[in-house]
Amino acid sequence: MSEPCLFVIGATHHNAPVEVREKLAVDSEAGLRQDLSSVGGLREIAVLNTCNRVEFYGVASDEAAADSVQAVYCARQKFEVGQFERIRIKLTGRDAALHLFEVASGLDSQLVGENEIFGQVKDAYAAAQASGSTGAVLNRLFQKAFQAAKHVRTNTGISSGRVSVANVAVDLATNIFGSLADAKVLVLGTGEIGEGTAKAFKSRGAEDLAVAGRRMERAAEVAGALGVGTVAFEERDAHIVSFDVVVCSTSAPTTILSTAAVAAAMKKRPARPLLLIDLAMPRDVEASAADLQNVFLYNLDDLAKIAETNRAAREAEIVRCRQLLSERAASLWEHIQRHLSSAPDPKAGSPGPAAVAAPQAEAPRTGT
Amino acid sequence: MFVDLSDRQWLWCAAGFYLVGFLLGTASIVRGGRIHGIPIYLTILAGYLLQFIGLGVRGHATGGCPLGNEFEIFQFTAWSAISLYLVIGVTFRSSVLGYFTSCLGAALTIMSLSIPAWDAVRRTHIFGGNPWIELHAALAIFSYGVFGLLALTSTLFLFRHFSIKSKRLGGWFSFLPSIRDLDHIEVRLLGAGTALLTLALLFGSVYWLRDTANVGHFKLAATVAVWLVAAVAFGLRTAGRLLSKRFAWTCLVLFASALLSLGAVDESRHPVSKTVAQQMQ
Repeated sequence: MSEPCLFVIGATHHNAPVEVREKLAVDSEAGLRQDLSSVGGLREIAVLNTCNRVEFYGVASDEAAADSVQAVYCARQKFEVGQFERIRIKLTGRDAALHLFEVASGLDSQLVGENEIFGQVKDAYAAAQASGSTGAVLNRLFQKAFQAAKHVRTNTGISSGRVSVANVAVDLATNIFGSLADAKVLVLGTGEIGEGTAKAFKSRGAEDLAVAGRRMERAAEVAGALGVGTVAFEERDAHIVSFDVVVCSTSAPTTILSTAAVAAAMKKRPARPLLLIDLAMPRDVEASAADLQNVFLYNLDDLAKIAETNRAAREAEIVRCRQLLSERAASLWEHIQRHLSSAPDPKAGSPGPAAVAAPQAEAPRTGT
Repeated sequence: MFVDLSDRQWLWCAAGFYLVGFLLGTASIVRGGRIHGIPIYLTILAGYLLQFIGLGVRGHATGGCPLGNEFEIFQFTAWSAISLYLVIGVTFRSSVLGYFTSCLGAALTIMSLSIPAWDAVRRTHIFGGNPWIELHAALAIFSYGVFGLLALTSTLFLFRHFSIKSKRLGGWFSFLPSIRDLDHIEVRLLGAGTALLTLALLFGSVYWLRDTANVGHFKLAATVAVWLVAAVAFGLRTAGRLLSKRFAWTCLVLFASALLSLGAVDESRHPVSKTVAQQMQ
């Protein structure tokens, strides 16, 4: 006789390249739930659908239900089952619980330790709960996963330090200015790096931003997209005095900010620190500007080195996190096992969870 | 019984709590984790309350503000610094400042408790029954406590400055407050400390003008020198002439000079003395 089981089945960035993930992306979760309602023996189901993974967490009367979920999903996506089986993950019992713990903690993310996935798992759970497709087991599983994720993020270094150059630059600014709400940021250069860094500053609370570029129309375009102001590139030396952070990312062949210009600006604002972030190659800022009082200069190599150190530190925490999560998953699985063996199938004989088919809002599909 | 503890026993308990706060922070740093601000804050708060009781028992027994010898002055200075931290720590949520404050609290209290000679004799009637002189002394020592916290903040500033200039942002450096926050705290503490010391000197000067012979010149020169350092540093900082690292170093020099002046202050008092044990009887 087969036993009720907890399972996860799906595909992630580990085995599915981006072109495959595009085909696997679920465009209508409500429609998918409708289809899944036909799966016999399926008691509970939750769908985690992000840029880097599509995963189905389910509780069923037997393990065969997981394959039925896979069949329904592949049919809906018009994806060959054999190909899916080559790239899929399929875990049951304690391993399935541990997998969700690792996903929610960011251990399974492309960018290890990132925080966005936590919110995405929460959204997926909220959507499943709203549709009534979760029950005692999935409710407990997800709640424990959130607790476990918070625990490892608080007690290990898995999320510490930024790992992208733009975010490292923003972190650096917070080390000097604290809150960025009243820090004035000037971005010199309107290329991809300059625009990305400006976005990072804006997303972390910098409200007073301005953009300057050698091509004024491009600067206006970037400024318009970001909803910030512009400054004439030729007048940059005169404007430095008004800003706390200057990000340089032009492709100019020589430096565009001289030590003399920075020194002149600092004379007018000696008490306010100035952070110069030089992301250009060749460099935009004269190196000796770093020797000025209250001036802090970081170049691309400096930031890349910090990002790399942070990345290595996160990787080093993975083993410790797995150990912590594994203990919690084992404890949870013992509890779930007792529940599954004692609780009767609430929908015995019915084809799938009744509320699975209930139409509901789409969960956002962003990030990892 | 617990409530029958002597003043020194209460103060040992307080010192123990400060030490525990320091050890908690050290353990976090050694483990490579973050310093948890709340446990350290609560530990310091417990130590502060115990120290308050200890100083209260001492003050009740001696009939005045407990500033009669080096032991009491150091205890009062530590208590003053921690009073300020308990306010600032909440405002700035700085766990590292809490760590350093517990370190300062433990160092000052344990040192003063561990040197019996500092508490062997105590000057009686040091305020001559004049409450204004008592207020003068209390305010002056309280301002020294503020300078103590200022010294801690300046130390953090120098660490933060070093970490950013030398591009070492990881490890425990990552828990330091920002340059700007530390600078703001420094300026406010220096302003508050200078204002308190100015008031203390004003109250003291009224007494001095009436009885110039009874105030030692050495004490006068030492306290005025401390006040001058504080006032000039504050003036230069406000005018934007003393900034960043130089300002932080000046604040450290200010606290060092305040500590050094305590010897002159204590020596200039009336030589009437009794052991503390005798007074407590």
